[in-house]
Amino acid sequence: MSTEEQMTFDQEPEPSSFRLIATLGVAGFLSGLVLVSSYLWTKPTIDANKAEEQRQAIFRVLPGTADFETFTLQDGQLQTATGPAEDRVFLGRDANAGFTGFAITGEEPGFSDIVTVIVGYHPADQAIIGYQVLDCKETPGLGDKIIRNEGFLANFSHLVVDPEIVLVKNGTKKQPNEVDGITGATISSRTVVNLLNKAMTKWKGPIDAYLQAHPELEKTTGHE
Amino acid sequence: MPTCKLIPNWKKRPAMSNKVIGSQNMQEFLKGLWKENPVFVAVLGMCPSLAVTNSAINGLAMGLATTFVLIGSSILVSLLRKVIPKQVRITTYIVIIATFVTVVDFTLQAYFPDIHKALGAFISLIVVNCLILARQESFASKNGQWRSFLDASGMGLGFTFALFTLGAIREVLGNGSLFGVSLFGKAFEPWIVMILPPGGFFVLGFLLLLFNWSAQRRKQRKMQTA
Repeated sequence: MSTEEQMTFDQEPEPSSFRLIATLGVAGFLSGLVLVSSYLWTKPTIDANKAEEQRQAIFRVLPGTADFETFTLQDGQLQTATGPAEDRVFLGRDANAGFTGFAITGEEPGFSDIVTVIVGYHPADQAIIGYQVLDCKETPGLGDKIIRNEGFLANFSHLVVDPEIVLVKNGTKKQPNEVDGITGATISSRTVVNLLNKAMTKWKGPIDAYLQAHPELEKTTGHE
Repeated sequence: MPTCKLIPNWKKRPAMSNKVIGSQNMQEFLKGLWKENPVFVAVLGMCPSLAVTNSAINGLAMGLATTFVLIGSSILVSLLRKVIPKQVRITTYIVIIATFVTVVDFTLQAYFPDIHKALGAFISLIVVNCLILARQESFASKNGQWRSFLDASGMGLGFTFALFTLGAIREVLGNGSLFGVSLFGKAFEPWIVMILPPGGFFVLGFLLLLFNWSAQRRKQRKMQTA
């Protein structure tokens, strides 16, 4: 490639408006084609990734779970979810089809962006028995401790949700409904507590009603 | 022209023999790695350089994603340089760049979901990385596709090298690990500030200092020998 190939813009005649519009039109059209095909190409994998991530999270927050059913809220009652729904809870079952609890997701704006958490709820104990952060963009090194700080995670091995969960200063947890906060991540800790209280207020009634209507589930409860 | 000497490869030199052209091509590739490094010398693309370099793997992934977009759009812009009227060239370049970026975005989301999660919104922001538009405007739109490819790969790898260096230093100091592998054991108290935004400025500042210092020494040595 030599210097002759260098573009000398100034010597070119002024192109017609049609040419300008056509160039942009063709560029936009081709770009659209590429975008649509790559979207269609990757979408199944992306959806599968998300579903798999959620599946793994359900198994983690409900110990012993081997399978689950998906429910959605309709007129204040739990209904088996048929299609993709916004509001969903998951009823976990162990290998012998015994009831292991409900997996509930909740979201709440944190220090930066929305924090999404999934917890395992054990209705007989009225307690949260498992916890995992699904989505969180909190400050690295401070707020993101809500993901894997061991002291903080220990709160959720058996956290009573009735009466309401209360956030206390780190190291002062005495009651079964209190959460030991993380020093330096007060806002993120509070976000998690608010999110759980909101989720429990929303789902506790429908879940209790569902369990009353299906007494056989209570009997198979095998936790602790 | 004295200004040309300051930026050696900025303006093209007169036509030369095949051998010289070969070494010139090599120069087009190499300049981006060190002498005209987009981050440490040209100080372009600061937003991703500071924002996503809190770990080595994030820096590396961001650098490679940018390199892919840069190479793809440079070749395309170079191929189309006589077709695109100059009045709409910037718009067309942006359309081309944005298309590549979105493809990268989807691909990472599908096949490397963890990296996509870590880089978040910064993937889409590759579109407005001025390093990419600068290479289209100042190089690919005036040179053949082979030279544009060399230029883009050099610049892209230089950018990747810079982001990886920043990320590695910040991860080692701020988290005591490299690629997630703990280096110092439990006794090490991490300097959390290094993985927070201020750490990005500190490390970048020190690296710029280092680069300028070495450039100055090179110049001095040249003057002494001359």
